[in-house]
Amino acid sequence: MDHPIQTDYLRWIVLLPLLGAVWNGLLGAQLQKRLGKWVISLFACGPVVGSFLLSVAAFQDLLSREPEQRFLIDRVYPWITLATLNVDVAFWVDPLSAVMILVVTGIGGLIHIYSVGYMHDDRSFWRYFAFLNLFTFAMLMLVTADNLLLMFIGWEGVGLCSYALIGFWYHDHVNTRAGNKAFLVNRVGDFGFILGIFLIFWSLDHHGHATVTFREIQKFVSLLQGQEIWGIGVITLATLFLFLGATGKSAQIPLHVWLPDAMQGPTPVSALIHAATMVTAGVYMIVRLHFLYSLAPLTLHVVAFIGLATALGAATIALTQTDIKRVLAYSTISQLGYMFLGAGVAAYGAAIFHLMTHAFFKACLFLGSGSVIHAMGGEQDMRNMGGLRRHMPWTFLTFTVAVLAIAGTPLTAGFFSKDEILWQAFSSPHGTPLLWFFGVVGAGLTAFYMFRQLFLVFFGECRANHHVKEHLHESPAVMTLPLVVLAVGSIVAGWIGAPAAFAPMFGPNLFAAWLEPVVGGRHEAQGSATLEEILMVLSVSVAAAGVYLAYRMYFKRSLSPERFSSLANGRPYRLFFNKYYVDEFYQSVFVDGALKLARVGAWIDEHIIDFIVDGSAKTTAFVSWLNGLFDNYVIDGLVNAVADGTFWAGGKFRKVQTGNINSYLYVILGAVIVVIIVKLRYGS
Amino acid sequence: MEISTAIFYLVAAVTVGSAAMVAFSRNIIHSAFSLLGTFAGVAGIYVFLGADFVAGVQVLVYVGGILVLILFAVMLTHRITDVQITNRSAGRIPGLVVVAILFVLLVQSIGETPWAKAKEVVYKATTASIGDLFLGDYLLPFELASLVLLAALIGAVVLARQEIKE
Amino acid sequence: MVGLTHYLVIGAILFCLGLYTVLTRRNAISILMGVELILNSANINYVAFAHYSSGSLDGQIYAIFVIMLAAAEAAVGLAIVLAIFQLFHTIDVAATETLRE
Repeated sequence: MDHPIQTDYLRWIVLLPLLGAVWNGLLGAQLQKRLGKWVISLFACGPVVGSFLLSVAAFQDLLSREPEQRFLIDRVYPWITLATLNVDVAFWVDPLSAVMILVVTGIGGLIHIYSVGYMHDDRSFWRYFAFLNLFTFAMLMLVTADNLLLMFIGWEGVGLCSYALIGFWYHDHVNTRAGNKAFLVNRVGDFGFILGIFLIFWSLDHHGHATVTFREIQKFVSLLQGQEIWGIGVITLATLFLFLGATGKSAQIPLHVWLPDAMQGPTPVSALIHAATMVTAGVYMIVRLHFLYSLAPLTLHVVAFIGLATALGAATIALTQTDIKRVLAYSTISQLGYMFLGAGVAAYGAAIFHLMTHAFFKACLFLGSGSVIHAMGGEQDMRNMGGLRRHMPWTFLTFTVAVLAIAGTPLTAGFFSKDEILWQAFSSPHGTPLLWFFGVVGAGLTAFYMFRQLFLVFFGECRANHHVKEHLHESPAVMTLPLVVLAVGSIVAGWIGAPAAFAPMFGPNLFAAWLEPVVGGRHEAQGSATLEEILMVLSVSVAAAGVYLAYRMYFKRSLSPERFSSLANGRPYRLFFNKYYVDEFYQSVFVDGALKLARVGAWIDEHIIDFIVDGSAKTTAFVSWLNGLFDNYVIDGLVNAVADGTFWAGGKFRKVQTGNINSYLYVILGAVIVVIIVKLRYGS
Repeated sequence: MEISTAIFYLVAAVTVGSAAMVAFSRNIIHSAFSLLGTFAGVAGIYVFLGADFVAGVQVLVYVGGILVLILFAVMLTHRITDVQITNRSAGRIPGLVVVAILFVLLVQSIGETPWAKAKEVVYKATTASIGDLFLGDYLLPFELASLVLLAALIGAVVLARQEIKE
Repeated sequence: MVGLTHYLVIGAILFCLGLYTVLTRRNAISILMGVELILNSANINYVAFAHYSSGSLDGQIYAIFVIMLAAAEAAVGLAIVLAIFQLFHTIDVAATETLRE
């Protein structure tokens, strides 16, 4: 870690997508008109694939080195050099960011290719790909930045692209509103993030080590221990601020409200930005700064609690939704909650592991749902679907695999990563069995709502009208191929991180070993492998129970969903269905509150201020009438006298203005002489 | 009296004498040529002060540049055939009085002020150090100076070739 | 022994002569010559103080900047003189007092 290896190709991983974005952004409209959409596709997918190949090269490079030396850096140029502060535009790749760039460019590349098919009929094809490439650029910058400032630029960049792509079909007002909402909610989080950066910078400056570079922060972080501000530890406060940023970007309670609305964007965008990559930035940031979080136990508790609350809350909402993409959106929020739960019990490796496997199966689910929506001609309500497995075999197959993965079916990727988090929540020094218990409940809910979706969409009778039915078709190969790749990934991606119990089958836990130089070793303490296996069986049985319930309710239809929705007078159901009324709460408190405040202000303006103004105006009018009399006779007289005097004096003095330089000089000289004399006589 | 001291007084005399010619000569051509003596004498004084580079610059810029410029201007603004190449002065007496008072005061303050003294007075080649300073501490003023010169160049051209319509 | 005072007095003399030139001459070019004398006297002071008082090269640097500015001033000043000559057919400053009341 101390001796980073200089390279000069890392920058191209980041910059290639930017080149694609600039090219398509500036020339795309013309190219599309003159040469057709294939040129756009080429210049959009090419750079991302190139980035992916370079990322693989970087990965190979890391593999070939000793674990302690797996650290590449590419300094492009010194950006800010101010006293002791040195900020470079530098990109680094260590085991952690290597995982991230492989996910971003790999899954991002697949989604780019998929988009070629999905967006084929869109007039703004070029604009879509320009933004998608720009997003990839910003996301890569976020994960490879070697300092907080550069990371913040990437952070804001992905937010901007997310905004632009949510509102991509801007002709519909609903979409632009959703974009605005995402952007505004993110602002709240970004505010926290930037405060966190300032706080770290400011408190390190106290020790003479003003820096925002990750490695240096890690080196000097021990100086901050014990330092307090307003009675709170600086590290705790800074990490809380940063976590606020993470809740915004990663859609955690209380800033989760934007993600479901973000589904207004094109479905591949939902897959790339709002499932696989951008929303995981918060998790990445926490893991990247794990050395800060590990020193702030309070923050870790908050992170774990928020993560668990989000995981459960979003899962319960997902039970009731009928929009195919909204179910997936809440599922994403819920899964992100699991990642934060992992990070909150200091199991950073497990969080990143789940991030990676989740990227595979959630991208697969979104792209699969995109394929369905494509085939249904834009229909998104699951109540109008059904029986699609006969019409879209590939989509069905891949979607099923992904559902199995997210539900935690043994041997799939989701099983390993989720169980790793649950096990850590149970056994890590920061974890408790209670966290594990609620996590398992959430896993059961996940299994239920995912299978509910699977049964509603692909099984049973088709409930669409005959007009849609006639057009049902499997998507073209350019769309199904990425689906197949992602589905395969949804299974095998987990094998590299299998726990010890599965060692005979999949070998040792390579993933944990890979991340160990960055985030430290996996907690193996407390509880034996047997206990781990028992807990695993328990969580699988809970998930199986969820699947069985879904099977009874939506496949066999032997159990009416109404029996559950009408429990306790249907109150819980309405609560879930209306997403705990959070949107309404924000609307009434923040939005209406602001409006109400404005109305109060307006009333005060109208009645009190205006009264004072009117009153003073009348008083003024009276006074000025008096004044006028005084003016005419007293002031004017004086003024005229002064004016006459000035006029007379000017007449005398204008002779001084001779236009002759010499005479001016005499005056200056005289003054200088006087000054010198005074200085000589009276100066000390 | 040491030989160097003698040379110093000689240089000082040339400087002051030719400066006096500049100030008092009736013929502007004489004034201009006397300026040559002053500039060269000042360059000599710089040498005595251990400022070899500044002395060189003085010769190059003042003698080689500014003086030639002044002579050109004199030639351009006076027809050689013109008998009146005189250099009219006005208000000599008051000028002399004021300047004399100022001079007395200046000399008085020079004598009375306790000037700071350097630890040691050194004589060594300065060009290399000045170069370092220009590209180090004084980089910004140095670059700005080039801008000023460019602006002056353009300004001079624009002013001098401007056609004035009656 | 020659010391700081000698140089300062030479500077003072040059300054006063320059000032006298500026005060009494009516010819614009002569006035510029006087200005050059004044600048030279200032430069002598700079370099003398650098040599005897500070021991650093800063004074010399300033002297070089002054020379540079003098060159710029001479170029622009003489160009103005030429322009005035075109306009008034004289460079007597007394004849160009159009700015008077």
